[in-house]
Amino acid sequence: MSFLTLKNITKSFGPNTVVRDFDLNVAPGEFVSFLGPSGCGKTTVLRMIAGFETPSSGSIHVGGTDVTALPASRRKIGMVFQAYALFPNMSVRDNVAFGLKIAGMPRAEIDTRVAEMLDLISLGSLADRYPYQMSGGQQQRVALARALAPRPNLLLLDEPLSALDAQIRTSLRDDIRRIQQELGITTVFVTHDQEEALSISDRVVVMHKGRADQIGTPAQIYNRPTTRFVADFVGKLNTFEARVESPQSIFFAGQNIHDPRHTDLTPGAPITVALRPEALSLRPRPGDDLSLPGRVLHSTFLGSVIRAQIEVAGQQVSVDMFNRADATLPVAGDMAEVWFTRGDVLVLPSVM
Amino acid sequence: MSRRFPILSALIALIGAAFFIVPLIATFNFSLRMKRGELSFEAYRSVFDSDVFLGVLGFSATASLMAILMGVLIVVPTAYWVRLRVPRARPVIEFLSLMPLIIPPVVLVFGYVRLYGSSSILPLTMTEAGTNVLLVIGYVVLSVPYMYRAVDNGMAAIDIATLTEAAESLGASRLRTIVFVIFPNIRSAIMSGAFLTFSISLGEFVITSLLNRPAFGPYLVQMGQDFAYQPAALAIMAFAFTWICMVLMEAFATRKPGQRLLPWRAPRSVTKAKS
Repeated sequence: MSFLTLKNITKSFGPNTVVRDFDLNVAPGEFVSFLGPSGCGKTTVLRMIAGFETPSSGSIHVGGTDVTALPASRRKIGMVFQAYALFPNMSVRDNVAFGLKIAGMPRAEIDTRVAEMLDLISLGSLADRYPYQMSGGQQQRVALARALAPRPNLLLLDEPLSALDAQIRTSLRDDIRRIQQELGITTVFVTHDQEEALSISDRVVVMHKGRADQIGTPAQIYNRPTTRFVADFVGKLNTFEARVESPQSIFFAGQNIHDPRHTDLTPGAPITVALRPEALSLRPRPGDDLSLPGRVLHSTFLGSVIRAQIEVAGQQVSVDMFNRADATLPVAGDMAEVWFTRGDVLVLPSVM
Repeated sequence: MSRRFPILSALIALIGAAFFIVPLIATFNFSLRMKRGELSFEAYRSVFDSDVFLGVLGFSATASLMAILMGVLIVVPTAYWVRLRVPRARPVIEFLSLMPLIIPPVVLVFGYVRLYGSSSILPLTMTEAGTNVLLVIGYVVLSVPYMYRAVDNGMAAIDIATLTEAAESLGASRLRTIVFVIFPNIRSAIMSGAFLTFSISLGEFVITSLLNRPAFGPYLVQMGQDFAYQPAALAIMAFAFTWICMVLMEAFATRKPGQRLLPWRAPRSVTKAKS
């Protein structure tokens, strides 16, 4: 069952096609993030769902109704903007009440609903403040309450955390997710920050050059990227040029590695394999069955993590290890073994 | 180490100030000398005693207010639409809005008289009401450069596009967005434009005189020809009036939402929250 359906969406501005062949089904109550670098078309797709842009071709359905040609004001969507966009002339209370007044709700009901919404974002005490009297985090909470007050069908969030500083960003992120789950509202979230997308979403759409490169759960996106771009964009990656030796094994960094997971590859074909820095360790852990010899270039103490740069088969490899009280910093120039397991090896398509 | 007093700069500033203030003081002083041998407000009293004075002032004030209303109704939606839909045309519109400063009012009014004269299909100058309409339109044209600039600056100060989208996503139509969101947020800019329009229209002479309207500008000139002391009194009053307009403009322009217009009366103690 799909609540929000985007079918074959294409959007061009003059000669520039910014979104192409975009398909997406969002289930009721699902939280979906669009993740990608700036200019990948993620905001354009969101604006088409909101009704601020019209797709050049394709259709948008919400709850079974075709809304492609409907103006934004009649789509019953709640939208939160990066720049808060609170109405500067109205108090917090009036901002939250705006959508309800427009909908013609009786005054008493508006008051109840506004109080309810302010409770939800725990800002009841600031109801009479004006936007210029509040911090960015508080303004964005009010913007969230304002968007949710008229009980919209969809909640759309356009980089709502990008203008905030790190601490508030995390706490508001958690609040957004909590409120979204409490209300069970179908939500689309746009961000260029992978940590944000991975931590908050049921599913992530990684966008690249106007297309959805990969759609999947955060774990699928991170652990099993299907395209080169997704692998590069989400998380850090050590890549190696490799070759398929036989249907059962691949050759890289001077070693033949028996990998039964990739039997469909043609022998002799050049491929790329990748290893996440956190999948590697300089001491064997239980389950580690493979290792590559190398030499420590330098290492950095980052508090919870020790990051070492190791030269392996002529290239630099990042290794992230959890810090422990007894851990010692690897010494530059020392020889080292880089340990990992067979299952950590990602095989990427060579061309993408 | 104390810096030396900047004598030269102070001297220049004093000369500059004197250039503006001395004639003002002289005029004020002259306006008080209607009764021989003593200082009195006799000239002012005689001005206010005149029925004609109150009549022309009322006429001019009404015409100016009409011009403000018409100007706001034309300029605000235009500036809004240009910023929202055709931002690339802004330099062109800005240039067009300056045209009234380039074309002299006398050319404008001759154009009106020819276009809307007795042989026109729309002979506005043939009736009193029609001529009044022309007068107001003329005032609007004269004030457009100021009104447009004020309103456009006001819109630049807030994010018009995003606020419009926010209002739309909450279900507001375009009209409701303008009335409830855009208008209140550029109110101070509109007020500035309005005061400028008012002070331009109130003393306007060329258009008013050539359309033969009983307004303040021509009256001022007529008085200047016929009397000695009253025109000085009128000039001082006109100056005071303009100055009051400026003060009001400042008061409106710097007011924040939720603040009283008069900050010294029952101020609300609200401080910026810590995040």
